[in-house]
Amino acid sequence: MNWLLILLPAVPLLGAAGTVAVSGRTASRYGVAVSAAVLAIAVAVAAVFDYGQAGRMQLQTDLPWIPGLGLRFHLGIDGISLPLVVLTALLTFLCFLHLAGHPPEAGRTRALVFTLLVLEVGMIGTFLALDLLVFFVFFEVVLIPMYFVIAIWGGRDRRAAAVKFILYTLLGSAVLLLGLLVVWAQAGTLDMVDLAASHGSGIARSAQIVAFLAIGIGLAVKTPIWPLHTWLPDAHTEAPTVGSVLLAGVLLKMGSYGFARIAVPVLPEGAEALAPWLGALAVIGIIYGSLACLAQRDLKRMIAYSSVGHMGFVLLGFATLTPVGMNAALFGNIAHGLITGLLFFVVGGIKERYGTADLMKLGGGMLRRLPYVASLLTFACVASLGLPGLAGFWGEMLALLGAFQPAPGLSRPLFLVFMAVGGVGTVLTAAYFLVMLSRVTHGRARETVPVGPALASAEEIRVVLGPDEPIEPVATGTAVAEAGPPRAIPMRDVTAHELAAWLPLVALTIAFGVWPKALLALTTPAVHAIFGIGGGTG
Amino acid sequence: MIQSIDYTVIAVPLILALVAGLVLVLDAFLPHRPGSGRLLGLVTLGGVVAGLGVTAAQAVRGGWWQTFCVPPALPTPPPMPARMTVTLNVFINAPEELVHAGTSCSFVLDRFALIFAGLALTAGLVVVLMSMAELAGGRLPVGEWYFLLLCTLAGAVLLAASRDLIMLVVSLELVSLPVFALTAMRRYDGRASEAALKLFLVSVVSTAIMLFGVSLLYGLTGSVHLSDIATALSGGTPARLGPVPTAAFFNTGAPTGLGPVTAVATVLVLAGFAFKVAAVPFHSWAGDVYEGAPVPVAALLSVISKAAGFAGLILVLTTALAAQAAVWAPVVAVVAALTMTAGNVLALRQRRAVRVLAWSSVAQSGYILAPLAVFARVARGDVAVGASVAYLVFYAAMNLVAFGVVMLVSRARERDLLDDYRGLIFRRPAAAAALAFSLICLAGLPPGLAGLFAKVVVFRAIVDGGLGWLAVVMAVNTVIGLYYYIAWTAKLFTPAAAGEVAGRPRSLPVAAAVGVALAVTLVFSVVPQVVLAAVA
Repeated sequence: MNWLLILLPAVPLLGAAGTVAVSGRTASRYGVAVSAAVLAIAVAVAAVFDYGQAGRMQLQTDLPWIPGLGLRFHLGIDGISLPLVVLTALLTFLCFLHLAGHPPEAGRTRALVFTLLVLEVGMIGTFLALDLLVFFVFFEVVLIPMYFVIAIWGGRDRRAAAVKFILYTLLGSAVLLLGLLVVWAQAGTLDMVDLAASHGSGIARSAQIVAFLAIGIGLAVKTPIWPLHTWLPDAHTEAPTVGSVLLAGVLLKMGSYGFARIAVPVLPEGAEALAPWLGALAVIGIIYGSLACLAQRDLKRMIAYSSVGHMGFVLLGFATLTPVGMNAALFGNIAHGLITGLLFFVVGGIKERYGTADLMKLGGGMLRRLPYVASLLTFACVASLGLPGLAGFWGEMLALLGAFQPAPGLSRPLFLVFMAVGGVGTVLTAAYFLVMLSRVTHGRARETVPVGPALASAEEIRVVLGPDEPIEPVATGTAVAEAGPPRAIPMRDVTAHELAAWLPLVALTIAFGVWPKALLALTTPAVHAIFGIGGGTG
Repeated sequence: MIQSIDYTVIAVPLILALVAGLVLVLDAFLPHRPGSGRLLGLVTLGGVVAGLGVTAAQAVRGGWWQTFCVPPALPTPPPMPARMTVTLNVFINAPEELVHAGTSCSFVLDRFALIFAGLALTAGLVVVLMSMAELAGGRLPVGEWYFLLLCTLAGAVLLAASRDLIMLVVSLELVSLPVFALTAMRRYDGRASEAALKLFLVSVVSTAIMLFGVSLLYGLTGSVHLSDIATALSGGTPARLGPVPTAAFFNTGAPTGLGPVTAVATVLVLAGFAFKVAAVPFHSWAGDVYEGAPVPVAALLSVISKAAGFAGLILVLTTALAAQAAVWAPVVAVVAALTMTAGNVLALRQRRAVRVLAWSSVAQSGYILAPLAVFARVARGDVAVGASVAYLVFYAAMNLVAFGVVMLVSRARERDLLDDYRGLIFRRPAAAAALAFSLICLAGLPPGLAGLFAKVVVFRAIVDGGLGWLAVVMAVNTVIGLYYYIAWTAKLFTPAAAGEVAGRPRSLPVAAAVGVALAVTLVFSVVPQVVLAAVA
């Protein structure tokens, strides 16, 4: 029984319940306070964590919950989950900081604070759960809040995107549940520690393959793996900034964490049988994501597709079934959470200022108009394309290295092909980010007014411009954008709230890029425990 | 034949029947003043609460009680075949010494009966509270209403305790017949009359079909007691009958030579109950009847009447026909799959709240049926039965919350369109939150843990039984179901269009009804163990 780990999901839960007592005006400050408390607890957990034994479950809490189902409220933390828990607490805190400075356009701040806190319960709980069903419950907890975040505070097509999101992920969850039940029926226990320790003994090979397939499909929707990714661009694009950040930064990680915690350790034979397929889908995702990015006109959509590519590298790491690949995947997870979180923050800021995230309408020259925002965008993009010295590099490099020498049971030539294709993917990733940067940040600034996508009438322009701006009778759409230079509307460069939310991510991206061992030292013992080895083999 | 009657065992149906009579008498003799309707409601409420209290006392006392027993036969009866004790359901499994004594009883108070009595009475409490609001309008005859309601409740309580075919059929009719009248009670409403007629025809046909099956079973085995039928069909001689001519004639090869007849009887009985629980292909009445009936009656149909149907179905299939599982289990599996799919697909396009609930309750029937399909395939059949019963109990609680809120809203707006729920969170936050919670429960997502664990229990039984295809069908159906539940939930939170009228004054009884149901659902969500331990 350890109170720290119980407090982690309990504090946001109680905080969510407490929102009824908060007025709408102070809601965002209240959210900052609660999430700061959660972050403090997460840091405390990281402080008391015994780094010498990172491969072992620590701070465990194991209480019977529903004896009728053999369900135990079993929480614990090890080197795999600790970074993800801290990342979740950090990103949620930063989202609330952002929210404090930028209240949602749709209003109802109090409801949003409530929803985000419930979301945090689910996210943190997923990473702490050590019982298959408790894991599943927390995995599901995030669905409804995220649905409402998209459906109420989202963009123009929010309703459709939200429905698509929840139907897709629920279908995944239902299949995941079936897979978990197969494991349960075969192994007779729900305890992840016991299951991982037995390395799949007691589960027949055929059942392992079926279970891995079901669990894999369930997690694949969340991660997402091509071709089950189609909910993701819509959801990311329509979600408000905080929603996109948490979706990309944490929710996708829940899928890949499932691979690291359940699919691979519990079902080693199933993993071995299906790893080539997983690897193939991963590299297809890498290439597909990059190509799709090249074709996008919307900045948010492009970053959403870049997530597909990056998660492809994470999955390629898992597919190698080696400690190196697994480490790569876990590192890539964290790096992607930091970098893509930052990207969505920055792009959200840009969209707020320009009123659009359309590349054509943004025009160029952002470095001149908004030097700080543009620099941060450049930094985030460069980090995301995997520049050595920043966090994005190590995940991709190690994943490719893992593919160079996959686990003994796997076909090496096949994985060499995967490695080559993945290498092409890194080049394509660099290509689309650089093309985008050259279009947006460089060049001559076309002094655009903040035009929405389809401003048809003078009334709508009036809404955008504010009541005091003169309106030219025929000035609609891009016609205004082409008008003469002196019509610049002064835009505020980065605000204090934004800086507060973004800089921690920048700092961590640099820190993990320069000193990857900080993270790898944490995950390596846990990864070795998964493969049941004392030293490294890969 | 001398039967001793243990009145403490039959106390609950007795109380209900007596209160029903009392209500009728009070209605006839009390002066018709404005407050008298409320008095009758309170008397009814008191009766139901008393019944609930007695049930609770019986549950605390525990054990296994029986009455209306037939004395053992003259010769020493054969012991139960070993095969039977494996698949028999623990709820209904009599203690060894009683089985060996050869006693067959028509009324047995065991865990199974107590669970269903508790369910029916708690649901009855909610329905009575909802009725008080419905009757406050003053256009419905109060005395008759409560009398019929209590009769239905008495039937539901009796049914789960019945252990012979005659008792089963009679109590099932006691559940059904008053519901026709309740449905038709709004005589000024054409839809109500249509619904009542539809329900009546469907129910009568189903009863006829079931009676045919029941008579075949009686002819085959020479007994109406479920335990004797089970013994006879699994190859043994009925306990006490000895050489009854027909039985002797058939008994030469009851399970082998007369397989086809047994199969026909099994399928006919199954079909009869399928009507009651609105399973495919006998589901088409649900939408119109739920819509035409007053909301409390729709709630009663979807919970109490359905629970009674399932109780009967489980009793007949898993005790009397346990040895015939090879015949009925595949049928049940297919029916379950079709029922959940049809219900969910039909619910997708509905625009009225009650119709959505009607088809959703058809779909939920499919989920309840599904574990029965693996009854003979799992090591312990009672796990499968337990899953069904657990789902039914969870479903009853969350469905009643939804019906309660629908009652609240439909009192303000006669149209009962889903669009009327737009922005409910701003007008009535508590009601909207309760409805959202119950819908999410029905969808089976956290924070509606009651629904989630109900689904997990069912999924586990199916996966254990190795019916992978049924599990996949159910998984897909969960997703289809989510669509309309979440669409409705989302409406609650979207701001309403301009020009909204405020609802009528709140109704205390309905609020109490929603409160009771919601409290139970919340308890089930946090500690589902209370149900799972009871059925395990």
